[in-house]
Amino acid sequence: MSIQILMPALSPTMTQGKLTKWHVAVGDAVKSGQVMAEIETDKATMEVEAVDEGIIAKLLVTAGTPDVPVNTPIALLAEEGEDVAIVAAEAPTAVCTPQADASLTPYCIPAAPAAPVTSAPALPSYDGPTSTVTVREALRDAMAEEMRRDKDVFLMGEEVAQYQGAYKVSQGLLDEFGPKRIMDTPITEHGFAGIGVGAAFLGLKPIVEFMTFNFSMQAIDQIINSAAKTLYMSGGQMGCPIVFRGPNGAASRVGAQHSQCFASWYAHCPGLKVVSPYDAASAKGLLKAAIRDPNPVIFLEHELMYGRSFEVPTDPDFVIPIGKARIVREGTDVTITAFSIMVGKALEAAEILASEGIQAEVIDLMTIRPLDTQTIVESVMKTNRIVSVEEGWPFAGVGSEISAVVMEQAFDYLDAPVHRVASVDVPLPYAANLEQLALPQVEHIVNAVKAVTYR
Amino acid sequence: MANTHNSKISLDTLYTFYRQMLLIRRFEEKAGQLYGMGLIAGFCHLYIGQEAVVVGMQAASKPEVDTVITSYRDHGHMLACGMEANGVMAELTGRIDGYSKGKGGSMHMFSREKNFFGGHGIVGAQISIGAGMGLAHQYKGDGGVCMAYMGDGASNQGQVYEAFNIAALWKLPVVFIIENNMYGMGTSVARACAGPGLSHRGDGYGIPGFEVDGMDVLAVKEAGEKALEHARSGKGPVLLEIKTYRYRGHSMSDPAKYRDKEEVDQMRDNADPIERVRRHILAQKGTEAKLKEIEADIKSIVNTSAEFAQTSPLPDPSELYTDVLI
Ligand SMILES: Cc1ncc(C[n+]2csc(CCOP(=O)(O)OP(=O)(O)O)c2C)c(N)n1
Ligand SMILES: [Mg+2]
Repeated sequence: MSIQILMPALSPTMTQGKLTKWHVAVGDAVKSGQVMAEIETDKATMEVEAVDEGIIAKLLVTAGTPDVPVNTPIALLAEEGEDVAIVAAEAPTAVCTPQADASLTPYCIPAAPAAPVTSAPALPSYDGPTSTVTVREALRDAMAEEMRRDKDVFLMGEEVAQYQGAYKVSQGLLDEFGPKRIMDTPITEHGFAGIGVGAAFLGLKPIVEFMTFNFSMQAIDQIINSAAKTLYMSGGQMGCPIVFRGPNGAASRVGAQHSQCFASWYAHCPGLKVVSPYDAASAKGLLKAAIRDPNPVIFLEHELMYGRSFEVPTDPDFVIPIGKARIVREGTDVTITAFSIMVGKALEAAEILASEGIQAEVIDLMTIRPLDTQTIVESVMKTNRIVSVEEGWPFAGVGSEISAVVMEQAFDYLDAPVHRVASVDVPLPYAANLEQLALPQVEHIVNAVKAVTYR
Repeated sequence: MANTHNSKISLDTLYTFYRQMLLIRRFEEKAGQLYGMGLIAGFCHLYIGQEAVVVGMQAASKPEVDTVITSYRDHGHMLACGMEANGVMAELTGRIDGYSKGKGGSMHMFSREKNFFGGHGIVGAQISIGAGMGLAHQYKGDGGVCMAYMGDGASNQGQVYEAFNIAALWKLPVVFIIENNMYGMGTSVARACAGPGLSHRGDGYGIPGFEVDGMDVLAVKEAGEKALEHARSGKGPVLLEIKTYRYRGHSMSDPAKYRDKEEVDQMRDNADPIERVRRHILAQKGTEAKLKEIEADIKSIVNTSAEFAQTSPLPDPSELYTDVLI
């Protein structure tokens, strides 16, 4: 059998090139490694080396031919013992026949299949006993219960052990679980996030606390490039059961570098789950789910919620599934979506609106990724109007995503454009009055609802 | 520690140090008070106890050309750089006459005029930036050196070492200063930092490192002069580990239970940097009367700044949208 020499791709982006020169002629014997031809692309001139040995039987493309597509046969080589003349008479056959216009796409790429649709899990119903606890305690209890349940769960971060947590979330955990499982780290976010990821690759279930999520920016490479992508890159072998948690968003007068919402940053990335609870029960139920989840979960808390008290189920098996939103107030006239501290503001706004005859339905998203689009869309089908509320910036925010989803899935039901309430598009200022102006307030939500209900 | 350098220092210089350190001390005490009254909010990290570090370094430097960058514990650095107490205090209260028009707050103040480049809230980030400022000094050939300050806790951050490597490789005119006040928040150096000591943290890059008594302004000045001279002459960066102590909690909300009161009292009573200078002054036949005069003057500056910071108006709402882009 003769050997076809093909136009090689000399870089990952090369689709065609000019065959500028032949260094061999018919009848020449070639050895592997010998330079046979010269090719010019828009980026460089390169030499084509022989891979196989034999005698040149025919040159199929003459020197000087431009735009020769990658994979076109350019010469025929007779192997040892073959008759050069017979080989030369063979018709070349393309090894791989790509689609008609090979110069445009060298690879045969089929259209991506639609992503599988997974419907959101159901919320658990609970009518057992409850107790009144703060969000701070609920988070601590969730960690403690899961650590009792599973010895592979441990907590690591700055000031989590001896200091009992910079915001006292890990109060008492060192006493109960000891320094092997409650670890103080130096101020080295990138390093300890990576260490958490490595431990998770070997099957441990780290909870990594960021003193605040602002400092997760030091570690974001490990979170996204290592924690989020490795399962995929390893074809499903290397799961990363890790929770990154800590306070997110604006606290109070701590300035631009310490006040930022990371919901849309992390929600952008496939391979992560992103959770951001509002009250103590959801904080507890969702943190337990996050710790049990085999995937990396970003768990966004809110400093200003830590001290607020709510009723929480006492059952240690009370777990709220990730990926499900809940309707915290039913209404018929407009849907308001919110998460974290903004749920409280949305509820306040709904109260004011009710007194003016507008019945708002308030959805606590609880999970940002995977977003429970079903709950949102069903609500919009009922109310025909929607306002999204978030503490982050508006550009490419969670509200932008909700707006797109509603457009795609409930366009015909909308009676008004989607309205987004978000932080003003500036770094958060320190001055008391400016900070107040920059963050979403109840009145902004009320006004947005009035805009979409044309009141 | 014996002070062999005392004799070389003039009485006038000692008075100046006393004045500068006392200004920082009293300013910080006032800031703490205003915080307690709710006039200052958010994070506020006081420099009390560490005054000799920045005053000694500034005395060793050429403030017209040298630049300074530090963390959020920055009020002392700003005052030592010659920034006005009024403007710093007004920034702390978030008013329009503050150095950042009230938009930065305690952790984020700057003055190009005084070569002070912040005021950074992210632990360790200022060190890479400081190396970049060194690059600019070298590039422009302006003869300046960047003094880049960090805490002991910050000295563990990865980017600090990336900056060390480049600064040594390119012989950047930078003096890296670790203000080792023994704690990063509630974590003592012993619980956070491996190795033979922080002055050795540049060893792997060939950066000369020195341990300095940071409770002695004269020792700081002397070490600072040598380090700045080395960096200025094109030999590359120097690392100073300046041992100091903060008397107050990490920030206003820190109960500081991780250390006992005796430890604080011990430092305050036996190592106070301001007391030390005061003793030098009296030993050199300085007068109580002159010290009193300085104290009265500082008191008036600080009280004026507090007054100013309360009467300066809030920024106009239109300021919300300014300065995002040029
Ligand atoms: C990247 C980052 N991580 C965590 C924090 C929270 N934090 C602020 S100051 C601090 C301690 C720093 O200690 P040190 O460097 O010794 O400086 P000191 O406060 O003692 O001056 C921590 C952990 C932060 N601001 N930035
Ligand atoms: Mg420190």
